[in-house]
Amino acid sequence: MTTKEIKNPLINFLLHLGDDALILGHRNSEWCGHGPVLEQDIALTNIALDQIGQARNFYQYAAKLISETSVEKITEDSIAYLRDGWDFKNCLLTELPNGHWGQTVLKQFLIAAFQYYLYQVLEKNSEEQLSAIATKSLKEISYHLRWSSEWVIRLGDGTDDSKQKMLDALEIVWPYTNELTNFTDYEIEILGDTYKSIKDNWIEKVSAVLLEAGLEIPSTFYSHTGGKQGNHTEHLGYILTEMQFLQRAYPNSEW
Amino acid sequence: MGINLEEQFQQKIDQEIKIEPKDWMPQKYRHTLIRQISQHAHSEVVGMLPEGNWISRAPSLKRKAILLAKIQDEAGHGLYLYSAAETLGISRDEMYEQLHSGKAKYSSIFNYPTLTWADMGAIGWLVDGAAILNQVPLCRTSYGPYARAMIRVCKEESFHQRQGFESLLVLSKGTEDQKRMCQEAINRWWWPCLMMFGPPDDQSPNTIQSMQWKIKRFSNDELRQKFVNMIAEQIKILGMTLPDPDLEWNEETMQYDFGKINWEELKQVIQGNGPCNKERMDARRKAWNDGEWVRDAASAYAAKHSKQL
Repeated sequence: MTTKEIKNPLINFLLHLGDDALILGHRNSEWCGHGPVLEQDIALTNIALDQIGQARNFYQYAAKLISETSVEKITEDSIAYLRDGWDFKNCLLTELPNGHWGQTVLKQFLIAAFQYYLYQVLEKNSEEQLSAIATKSLKEISYHLRWSSEWVIRLGDGTDDSKQKMLDALEIVWPYTNELTNFTDYEIEILGDTYKSIKDNWIEKVSAVLLEAGLEIPSTFYSHTGGKQGNHTEHLGYILTEMQFLQRAYPNSEW
Repeated sequence: MGINLEEQFQQKIDQEIKIEPKDWMPQKYRHTLIRQISQHAHSEVVGMLPEGNWISRAPSLKRKAILLAKIQDEAGHGLYLYSAAETLGISRDEMYEQLHSGKAKYSSIFNYPTLTWADMGAIGWLVDGAAILNQVPLCRTSYGPYARAMIRVCKEESFHQRQGFESLLVLSKGTEDQKRMCQEAINRWWWPCLMMFGPPDDQSPNTIQSMQWKIKRFSNDELRQKFVNMIAEQIKILGMTLPDPDLEWNEETMQYDFGKINWEELKQVIQGNGPCNKERMDARRKAWNDGEWVRDAASAYAAKHSKQL
């Protein structure tokens, strides 16, 4: 299936939110069983699990809306497993390889801070179903933000080695952060004027945490964007190849 | 004096009074428990790897969520069990050290590869099924913290077993490819699962003392037989077969007879020559080594900020 021709901004927004959650959840889940401390292995797996759950909520709603005008049978799984990379609308930041554990946590923090403010706005949206999913997700995201902020601070303000590792990580991920608050037409269509506060809140929160962590934001960088419109890094193709393998190899099966 | 303490200890055991961390206990009881509980904890943690292998390839979002939650449960079991072992006077870091050096063992079953999606179902149904039979009696084991940890573990394990069976049931009703996948996974996991109960009773060096101390309540062979009886019935619902031509109901013993186990294979796997021993240990050591800077940073941060208080 493809969702490339869909013009409905709500559906596109739902796909974008679901894709962000799914791809970030996929990356976080790669740590399962390989974390630095058992407790934190559980914490990050738990976050991945929340994100897969969020993706399902957005996809189920999107599937319902798409099905209203489609002859194909659309489900959460056809959205996740049967689209190609160009249909995916996740931010590039979510698909970047994990790097070291601190880099994963930093990436998770930058996105959670954004989602925290975005979902507060979505919670008040007049679109009832969207608002309900946002309310449910916000509880989880508040925890993701708290957990990841604490670790960014701990690692930034830990040893000289950990600080350097976090600075290196920041160099890698920071160029992908502008895309978060660089709103597309379909987002603005749904968010209306409310989107404007999100960027300021995000910058304020991120600056405060990075300051406490003793990490300086890179001064020069070139912003990479395009994910929200389906223009991705090379990494997404490999994520999908792996994720979609069974559905592609054994089509039309129940699992 | 020593004899009195030992007698009192055995009396408590005989009266089904739980032994608690601060109670006197024979050194050998302590060491047996440390060995057994840490081995159990390591099995939970190493056991995350073969299943973790399929998280990224789970065939539906629902299955992906179920698998993640299951592996997370296993990490949780590892935590309870490490904590229970710590009450006997060994630290978690020491136990890891023993695992990484090869001194401590973990269940041989996790040295087998997960090759298809059906392996996720087979592990839930057969591996967790075998583990439950071992673990349910441990809820009444004589050492209090271990028994209490096992009560929580068993509740979650039976849930996993049902999920595993349900997942295979879906495959067994699916396409020809899926049915083949299901049968092939059962074929590969069946014999290694029978080995999970350990060597035959006449070759199990620790059994007699462990039974006397009520650490163990059933012998390896008793539990193995129970498992065969249970699975030989359940597999009928799947419409699959077990890879054993000698498997047959015996009217006299009212049990299933089954074929000869290849104990040489178990010996080889325990000695480190199973198909994935090296991969599993390398993965655990890598996680530990790669995480060192994170743990160091967390300690340094905690030390800095406790001074400031």
